[in-house]
Amino acid sequence: MKKRVGVLALQGDVREHSRAIQKSGALSVSVRRQEDLASIDALIIPGGESTTIGKLLRIFELIDPLKKSISDGLPVFGTCAGMILLAKDVIDGSHDQETIGTMDITVRRNAFGRQVDSFEKPLDLSNIGAGSVTAVFIRAPWIEKQGSNVQTLASVESGHESRRESHIVLARQDRQLAASFHPEILEGQRYEVHEYFIREVAS
Amino acid sequence: MSKVVGTSRVKRGMAEMLKGGVIMDVVNAEQAKIAEDAGAVAVMALERVPADIRAQGGVARMSDPSMIEEIQRAVSIPVMAKARIGHFAEAQILQELGVDYIDESEVLTPADYENHIDKWNFTVPFVCGATNLGEALRRINEGAAMIRSKGEAGTGDVSNATTHIRKITGEIRRLMSMREDELYVAAKELQAPYALVKEVAETGKLPVVLFTAGGIATPADASMMMQLGADGVFIGSGIFKSGNPAERASACVKATTFFDDPKVVAQVSRGLGDAMVGINVSDIPVPHRLAERGW
Repeated sequence: MKKRVGVLALQGDVREHSRAIQKSGALSVSVRRQEDLASIDALIIPGGESTTIGKLLRIFELIDPLKKSISDGLPVFGTCAGMILLAKDVIDGSHDQETIGTMDITVRRNAFGRQVDSFEKPLDLSNIGAGSVTAVFIRAPWIEKQGSNVQTLASVESGHESRRESHIVLARQDRQLAASFHPEILEGQRYEVHEYFIREVAS
Repeated sequence: MSKVVGTSRVKRGMAEMLKGGVIMDVVNAEQAKIAEDAGAVAVMALERVPADIRAQGGVARMSDPSMIEEIQRAVSIPVMAKARIGHFAEAQILQELGVDYIDESEVLTPADYENHIDKWNFTVPFVCGATNLGEALRRINEGAAMIRSKGEAGTGDVSNATTHIRKITGEIRRLMSMREDELYVAAKELQAPYALVKEVAETGKLPVVLFTAGGIATPADASMMMQLGADGVFIGSGIFKSGNPAERASACVKATTFFDDPKVVAQVSRGLGDAMVGINVSDIPVPHRLAERGW
């Protein structure tokens, strides 16, 4: 039977994730309410505006049910805003930034800069059994600190020749996966990161 | 290999992240914070909201850079700003300021009555208004990475927004029903490039995100626009020209997310105080209608 993969559909690029899920051989389900959580095998938190999604999570009373489901083992994958929403701590958030906070990472919001600094770049995904893909970073965050139980899967370098810094952009903690970039808008016919999530993380 | 900035994917992708959200016009840092707290996905920084531009008349131009910077400092969400149609120097300034999106907008007085800005020359993405599919595709051909249907800004009268979103989505449906050999004439009639016409016929949607704007003033207006096929909404004068901006802004955000659930839209529509008084589009003399600007 096909896995039922939910996409949190409060705001953001839900449609792109649904397409990626279907192309990866699973069934995509829209999640906007507590009761939607009961019928899914895994959940994706999409890209979007993290402050907006965070507020909607609070207003429609989804934060605690999500915390509980994820703690109970619901596999979850957050991209960009989704990574911020999974993070235990956020740097440069809004004054009332809400997160689910189940992943032991500290994320810097808009870490790579404003939209004029948004970029695409080949990214080595050999750690998840994929090759190099073109990754799209849009006002993207990065992981600044991580707990010992968090595994780094991909990084990018930034800065100039004299002062190169490496930043974590894909990481996993048990059944939680977080990406700074947007694998749902990768070039090509395959969605390697979604396949990895469905096959490995949500197995 | 190194980073590449300003690609179509990065520009169009930014708009994808705004989907299902509300972008609000703000004229100062205080309003910008109210909008962010209410859950706006972005703010549009401008000196006068369209209702005031309409009331005060005169030439409307790009905002003062220091005012835009004040808003950039006040909020963490994306900040957009408007340039006059065809005014590429204003757009260069806005890019220099690091705004996240430029709206080449008919709300300001056009600077060029023939040419729009060549938007491919910029790293920053552009959103442009359109009243029909041909206009939308011409803007995309010039490099627009996001389209908003125009409506009639500064009125609080949603009728033109309805007309324009219905027109654009209706023309898309019409293309989808055509034989492939009919698309050449369709492109001629739409006055749009054939390649884009063919792409729309095949995919059933614009190649970029489509928002709605112009006259949206209530949660019900937002819900209707989403049900008519918009990916999200711009609310200009509708929020800060109303009795209780914070409540109304938050209600419009919720109604945009749950646009297809009348129970939620009803709930958030309660007790919002006075909506903006507004003006009927039919009472505005034709030369003063902003939607007619742009070609």
